[in-house]
Amino acid sequence: MRVHVEADRCQGHNRCYAIAPELFAVDDLGNASELGDGTVPAGFEDKARLAAVNCPEFAIVIAE
Amino acid sequence: MTASPRPPVTDWSTDFDHTDPGWVADPYPIWDDLRDRCPVAHSDRYGGVWLPVTHDGVAAVAYDTEHFTSRQVIVSEVKPGEWVPPAPIGAAPPITSDPPFHAEARRLLLPAFSPKAVAGYELFTRELCRRLLDGMAGRETVDAAIDYAQHIPLKVIVNMLGFPEEDGEIFRRFIHMIIEDVGQTEEERIEQFVTGEIDAYIDARIAEHLEHPRDDLTSFLLTAELGGHRLEIPHVRGTMILLMVAGIDTTWSAIGASLWHLAGHAEDRRRLAANPEMMGTAVEEMLRAYAPVTMARLVSKDVELGGQELKEGDWLLLPFPAANRDPAIFPDADRVVLDREVNRHSAFGLGIHRCIGSNLARMELRVALEEWMARYPEFSLADPGAVTWSAGQVRGPRRIPVRLG
Repeated sequence: MRVHVEADRCQGHNRCYAIAPELFAVDDLGNASELGDGTVPAGFEDKARLAAVNCPEFAIVIAE
Repeated sequence: MTASPRPPVTDWSTDFDHTDPGWVADPYPIWDDLRDRCPVAHSDRYGGVWLPVTHDGVAAVAYDTEHFTSRQVIVSEVKPGEWVPPAPIGAAPPITSDPPFHAEARRLLLPAFSPKAVAGYELFTRELCRRLLDGMAGRETVDAAIDYAQHIPLKVIVNMLGFPEEDGEIFRRFIHMIIEDVGQTEEERIEQFVTGEIDAYIDARIAEHLEHPRDDLTSFLLTAELGGHRLEIPHVRGTMILLMVAGIDTTWSAIGASLWHLAGHAEDRRRLAANPEMMGTAVEEMLRAYAPVTMARLVSKDVELGGQELKEGDWLLLPFPAANRDPAIFPDADRVVLDREVNRHSAFGLGIHRCIGSNLARMELRVALEEWMARYPEFSLADPGAVTWSAGQVRGPRRIPVRLG
């Protein structure tokens, strides 16, 4: 599973970072991005899904 | 000093008024009703105003900066004339700014409100909450709004701006003037903004900071550069007014509404007291269910919305709290579910104007609830009929008498 934050949709709500800091980072402006290449380590799949369904801007894409 | 009260609302779909006592007391059944029969309502009041009540309708407007301008975001009897600086900057950048200026003005402020920057205020906030709770020791009843909620965001913003701590009262009055006195006549409103005391107060603080720069947000704004130039004083003043207005009343409302809910719902209060790890989802659920802020736009180009023809110059209320109660997005939308895991709410708005202080507001709400629950896990409404709610676009309880223990 991989996660990806679409930068042009992210508005910096930081819901993903609050839910799954193991998968996302935020920059100094508060905008989010996936950590590394977005590969979700085993055991973090649920957190990845939760991050995606809580994003108010529909900015998180999951590829399984 | 204000204009005479408007007549009571007869039909919410054609004559709504967001300052009507019925809306102020309980807007949720009004929105539920409108959602079923006309997703975009209209009223001739305030010179003509529209109201989408579905998540889709609210989102469509929030994302459409081509047909809707943020030049004036508080609906009042007065549409902006010459007294409000024109788009794209507006009177209180960046909330009143449109693209492309908006992005620059916002980018300037974002680092001051990033998760990392906000973490720096958590200890101050926690100690402040503890002092307020200390002050309640030995009392049987307290007011959760007056004795607690209202002080927290006020003192945090005063601290961030580097203003005198004792100026809290002045701030409270300004906020009321800007947000709640929407019934004023044109002359009164212009007087207040153009020659009024708000600008005079801010200018005095700016002068102090120009003379003695400090490590605070005011000095940061005064030395910040946009396009190679320092910000004009009206831009700095507008942004400071924005922080006062947007950062205080709103969070105070969210803290108050959360405590009001917990005081009135013993099962939720006990559940949260027994499961402090539930605070993360509980905070988001309180923000969803009791989102305080309804924004506004002016139609800048004729456009169709939900089958209605909106004309240039019309007002539009943007009720994020109504979007958050839309059953098409949220199952059991009218029920508070403290461990709601899927909660794509828009309490802080959608699109380019996402509340810049959302990280700060969340931290303050979480810390305020953590500290209150740790100190007084047992509390209830002392007099439910005495609870009052603010009128206008920021909704929150202004009196919440609670019995401790």
